[in-house]
Amino acid sequence: MSQTPPTILYCHCQYAQVVPKEVKEAVLKKLCDSGVAFEAVADLCEMAARRDPALQRLADTGTVKIAACFPRAVKWLFHQANVSLPLDATEVLNMRTQNAEEVAGRLLAAELSPNLPTGKVTVQDAPQEATAPIPVPLS
Amino acid sequence: MSLSDPALRIVLYEGFGAEPLDGASRYSAVSALLQKGFAVTRSAADRPVAPADRSPLLVLGRFGGQPPEVVESDVPLRFHDITGLAPAQLGDAVESVRTETKAAQHGAWKPWFPVIDYDRCTNCMQCLSFCLFGVYGVDGEKQIQVQNNDNCKTNCPACSRVCPAAAIMFPKYKAGPINGDDVSEADLAKEKMKVDISALLGGDVYAMLRLRSEKAKSRFSKERDSDKALTERQKCLVKLAAAGDIPPEVLMSLPSPEEIARRAEEAAAKAQAALAAQKGN
Repeated sequence: MSQTPPTILYCHCQYAQVVPKEVKEAVLKKLCDSGVAFEAVADLCEMAARRDPALQRLADTGTVKIAACFPRAVKWLFHQANVSLPLDATEVLNMRTQNAEEVAGRLLAAELSPNLPTGKVTVQDAPQEATAPIPVPLS
Repeated sequence: MSLSDPALRIVLYEGFGAEPLDGASRYSAVSALLQKGFAVTRSAADRPVAPADRSPLLVLGRFGGQPPEVVESDVPLRFHDITGLAPAQLGDAVESVRTETKAAQHGAWKPWFPVIDYDRCTNCMQCLSFCLFGVYGVDGEKQIQVQNNDNCKTNCPACSRVCPAAAIMFPKYKAGPINGDDVSEADLAKEKMKVDISALLGGDVYAMLRLRSEKAKSRFSKERDSDKALTERQKCLVKLAAAGDIPPEVLMSLPSPEEIARRAEEAAAKAQAALAAQKGN
């Protein structure tokens, strides 16, 4: 039995300069070169502010990998739009702290490593790496 | 911009009936659209993308001069041939469709607003009590929430600094933990200090502003020196700006001390009512 690969969501953080330009451009370029299907949004914050129904559609796709910023921010941005990202089926790549190779590599990898924070996360107990990646073989 | 207008969704189609784009052309097209604020779906058979809903949909493809016709559709759907279009022309073409479909305009407002981490929030209402711009409110169960995010003052993270639980984020802020980075013990200690942003100036911030105003008025009446009163207020605001990393333009655009006092009382009353209701539950 084959599982569906995760949906890929890329945020361009269009309205601020907090994500390094070279990182977000390189990640987008790698996505475009790869030929895979993906969702690219100009700015997740703007979508959350307008409670864009697209956020619910994206959360409903099943497993999702998101290239954006800090997982804690992404989780609660979706919540602000009344959308719950599935804790066991969401992996967030942080373009503010990770380099383009890492982010693109994880986006395109078949397996999913859920890493949304749960509970009162501090530096000590934050999930840095997934303990048990969920394999998602390509069909 | 109205935050309630539906957004135009764009699909970059490269399947049957359309010529595929190479990686560089795909990047140029997607990049140009993102810079205009649009969301783009690049569809392919390898993995799912979000399904369509009632939002207006624009399908772009290299249809060789013959874009498909929409026979019947439940959603506002259009096709647009992008054969030979340069990225800038593509952006303009999509922008004109957006205007025609009355879809949301992007980029008119910098999305700057507080995001609450409910894993950390203790519902203490400090933020509700502090904010003068009506950004916060409570839901039916008296849970704090961000109700008017477009009222928030761009680049001002002050409310996150009065949060004793470090539960308020501004994802576009420069540094952690306000930007969503993990919260360290040191941050919490810092946050505790920041709660006392008011103590820095000898009590409640707004009470302090009111007092300053009264003193200034009194001096004004005695000395008829309006410049001195203004200087007083400015000094106090500069101190606040430094303590809370509040942009000077935000502080300088604050209403009169009387209006600040009125709004502060209103916010405090809201917070008190919410806290009382919590206790009653």
